Amino acid sequence: MFQAFQQQRWRWLVFWAVIVAVVIAAPAVLPVFRLNLLGRFLSLAIVALGIDLIWGFTGLLSLGQGIFFALGGYGAAMYLQLNSSSGQPNGIPEFFSLYGVDRLPFFWEPFHNPLFTLIAIWLVPALLAALLGNMVFRNRIKGVYFSILTQAALLVFFNFFNGQQKLINGTNGLKTDVTQLFGQMVGSPEMQRFFFWVTCVLVFLAWLFVRWVVRGRFGDVLIAIRDDEPRLRFTGFNPTLFKTIVFAIAGGLAGIGGALFTVQSGIVSPQYMAVPFSIEMVIWVAVGGRGTLVGAIFGAVVIMYAKSLVSEAWPQGWLFIQGGLFILVVTVLPEGVIGWFKTDGPQNLLSRLGWVRKLATYPKLEIDGNEEVQP
Amino acid sequence: MTTPLLELRQITVSFDGFLALRDLNLSLQSGELRAVIGPNGAGKTTFLDVITGKTKPTEGQVVFKGRSLVGTREHRIARLGIGRKFQSPRVFEKLSVQENLALAVSRPKQPLDLLFGRLTADQRDQVQRLMEIVNLQNRADWLAGSLSHGQKQWLEIAMLVGQDPDLLLVDEPVAGLTDEETDLTADLLKSLAGEHTVLVIEHDMEFIRRLNSPVTVLHQGHVLCEGSMDQIQQDPQVIEVYLGTQEEM
Repeated sequence: MFQAFQQQRWRWLVFWAVIVAVVIAAPAVLPVFRLNLLGRFLSLAIVALGIDLIWGFTGLLSLGQGIFFALGGYGAAMYLQLNSSSGQPNGIPEFFSLYGVDRLPFFWEPFHNPLFTLIAIWLVPALLAALLGNMVFRNRIKGVYFSILTQAALLVFFNFFNGQQKLINGTNGLKTDVTQLFGQMVGSPEMQRFFFWVTCVLVFLAWLFVRWVVRGRFGDVLIAIRDDEPRLRFTGFNPTLFKTIVFAIAGGLAGIGGALFTVQSGIVSPQYMAVPFSIEMVIWVAVGGRGTLVGAIFGAVVIMYAKSLVSEAWPQGWLFIQGGLFILVVTVLPEGVIGWFKTDGPQNLLSRLGWVRKLATYPKLEIDGNEEVQP
Repeated sequence: MTTPLLELRQITVSFDGFLALRDLNLSLQSGELRAVIGPNGAGKTTFLDVITGKTKPTEGQVVFKGRSLVGTREHRIARLGIGRKFQSPRVFEKLSVQENLALAVSRPKQPLDLLFGRLTADQRDQVQRLMEIVNLQNRADWLAGSLSHGQKQWLEIAMLVGQDPDLLLVDEPVAGLTDEETDLTADLLKSLAGEHTVLVIEHDMEFIRRLNSPVTVLHQGHVLCEGSMDQIQQDPQVIEVYLGTQEEM
């Protein structure tokens, strides 16, 4: 037992050492373009952590995380646009003049304030998620019906944002790369490197936070909701409340991810609420491993990185690979890649191939304490 | 006569015209142990669904500690002091034995308390005691899903006791258990009565006999008769609808 534990710990140490080394080395080794991609994908990992929380642990498959992702992005972009529009006519962002708008819409006003923006980036999506979630959960809408509803909500938001030229520049979205922050251009290599670091720190903090949420009894309740919600009710818990809270947390995380993604992509547009993108988010978690937080992070980063590399070499190829990955996960890796490693997948594969002998003994015999063996 | 702990008054449940329960009256005194039997489709499970708030009665009243339960949501009824064990054991399979019990004994059951609070020393002791009662203390860290059928039954009963309800509703606790396990379960339930009120639904006649408690017979959603096991077996109506001939027993 103890030896196995030591071995486990040793493996984790190596794992973490590699991660830290990669993150520290990345800015020095990678060209700015690649570093920027990595930073973007790490911000998507924060979204994936939220999805893992609601799907992997609580069993709520949301296909509408794009809503919260985009809202976070819009929050950041609105602040940056306002921050850089003092030289523009009427002192408001340039695009307004295209539609003959000369007064700032009221909901833009508070985004003059950086502190408000930093809070709104996660609080607005979280509140919206709480509101939407509560309406759905209290009516005991579950399973695929929940998924369909979230996708429908996504479409509603997508169409709404596309049509609002006068409020948020509609289809064109809001650009951030030519805006100013701390007196510097947001799209400059220095700022991008800064955002990369911020993203790394936030991924780590988000991971710690979600880990704290899922460990302990709160997390046990989430798993209980996923596995047998009616039973939990009869134990005296109110699942609606718990589901609303985690859905709000996931929404907030998506908002943070969206803001970081936006400043590193240089634009936020209603495309962030496109249906396929929200489905992709779910695929990252499925491939990485539902219910394993590290799996969600890896799924997002590795899949997105692979996507950009494949797309450069073979533009139409990625969709086939993504589809193949999804089929692979559904058919042979239901626990995802990290989940497969955690459940002795490599060992099982080797023994199936005949390379390693199967354990002949019942592995838990030593702790099967009812029949205590005298030494 | 004291006021009963639980009273069902003229309960009727209609599923699209099919009467699962009709005009059912039943009352339980505090501390009582009661067995409910009845042939398949007699409405035994629906009857528990009505008490625990899963099904709303079409007509009638459920009164618990002088308070009407109709329209109250399940988790609130559970918090008022009614615990339920399901027909097939339903435990949280991906949680360990200990975690299952920790959820049952947690109080209050609000999100923030669970996030920031820890189990009190008393609650930890209670979890330990419950595991000892059902003989799972060596399985504390096992996933509930890896337990045997009988152990799951017991874990669920332990969870029920951990909720510390005034009324325990136990649906077929010995289905699929060995004779020895059945006897132990009967003793366990008997030891719970007195401090708690226990209502047991069961098919196993030997088990009911061992409980040595008053028996209520349900038939077609209706109370057919009540009495001791011996009285019940002599009742010609019961013999006709449920027990068949004496020899079959």
